Amino acid sequence: MKHHIDISSVLRKTLSCDLYSNLVTRQTGAAVRGQIEELLADARDSGGDAELAVIDFSHVSIIDFSCADEVIAKLLLRYGADDPPKEAYFVFRGVSDDHWDAIESVLERHHLALVIESDDGVQIAGALTEDERRVWGAIFRLGRADHDQITADLADDSSRVAEALNALCHRRLAMVIDGRYVAVGSPRVR
Amino acid sequence: MTTVINVPHSLDDQSFEQVLEQVAPLPADAKLLIDARHTRWASPYGLTALLALGQTRAERATLAVPESDDTASYWSRAAFFQHAAELFELRGDYPKRTSTGESSVLLEITSISKADDVHDVVGRIQQKAQQIITQQLGLEPKATLGFAMTLSEVCQNIIEHAGRGGWVAVQRYDWRNRLGRKVVVIAVCDAGVGFRQSLQSAPGHISTERWDDSRALEEAVIRGVSRYRERGRGQGLAGARKYVGRWNGKLAVRSGTARIAIVPPWDDDVPLAENLPPFPGAQLQVIIPEAVNAAVSRTGGVR
Repeated sequence: MKHHIDISSVLRKTLSCDLYSNLVTRQTGAAVRGQIEELLADARDSGGDAELAVIDFSHVSIIDFSCADEVIAKLLLRYGADDPPKEAYFVFRGVSDDHWDAIESVLERHHLALVIESDDGVQIAGALTEDERRVWGAIFRLGRADHDQITADLADDSSRVAEALNALCHRRLAMVIDGRYVAVGSPRVR
Repeated sequence: MTTVINVPHSLDDQSFEQVLEQVAPLPADAKLLIDARHTRWASPYGLTALLALGQTRAERATLAVPESDDTASYWSRAAFFQHAAELFELRGDYPKRTSTGESSVLLEITSISKADDVHDVVGRIQQKAQQIITQQLGLEPKATLGFAMTLSEVCQNIIEHAGRGGWVAVQRYDWRNRLGRKVVVIAVCDAGVGFRQSLQSAPGHISTERWDDSRALEEAVIRGVSRYRERGRGQGLAGARKYVGRWNGKLAVRSGTARIAIVPPWDDDVPLAENLPPFPGAQLQVIIPEAVNAAVSRTGGVR
């Protein structure tokens, strides 16, 4: 099930004063993340399986390091853990160059990666190995493929591809549907 | 007995040390007359640090305000007296604060004690910052949001670590003689627990013989260590340092008896000063200069 979560709307619900539109301070970030988790939990209560949440930053003008850490890093860490609250995948939309400094910094610090959707298409970003980038690109290009198809597409070593696929699934950047790999952000999972 | 503390003619981050040298030997409940009558100029750091000094006094100090009308008028426009009236007995005449819309004062002195204050400060600075950073300093538009982020992070330092409120101020200057360029200065001062005590309170912290204010500043400013053990903590000052480095700026942080600085080529400050007169809390200053190209095209050359 897919959810669109507009961060600026969440921010307005979170703050006592709706005049503020910037994603700044650690307290604000923690409150926004709490709201996102509630929305995802509500989806579980309504009987959904795996959730795809599109986190939309389009109407956020500023995000600082502390808020990026609370909203993005902690969300990815919590749902990428071995015992996540539920099976959830994230696509980040509307992330501008202005947001990227803070986001990149927290991704590097926690060795995290995410999927970004922009006018230029869908890409992965953050702390990734070269193998992970190549394999994710192949899955995205192929749409839905098994290990052998991906290995053949890349003309690469089977075990290296398998290792990267495992890492991508563990990091919630790819998922397995009916025995085949699909890249998070691919039209096949929307 | 009242001790008179002379405020220098020009009050900035360097000359404020002269004030602290006079105050440091005195007990917190000593009666002080802080004499700023002959002060003619004060930076945002000087003004916010003066407020922090007032905050440290158990016995409410008297502050003799500048005699110069121009100086008193500027201090008033910067909202200094509004805050000082809560901390000092003010002696002398000073103008009531009126909103002039003066463009050089990007953010008048503002108290910071909770997250909403940071939202307020960032919201207020945004529009002015865009105009100053891109048009007057000639920096890329990208620098504007980085400036707001840096301001947010240095203000949060008060909320997260000081244990009491502090103040922030932002001002634009034309440093014709010193640098030949325009600059924007952020000053954030508090008289809270300071970096050493904050980091000491971290679970598992072990104080070695070498543990002091300068080590604490190195840990916090250079290595991004926080009293919180979460991996994501400590990024605020690291982010501010990165921003300052990217735009050839200067970051200086004083706490306790030490002061650490990220010094750009255009400045001759020392990277680390130790054995300074003790002063509680943390006092921080960020300086972002005009782009060299912009200064050259404006003046025909950098002096």
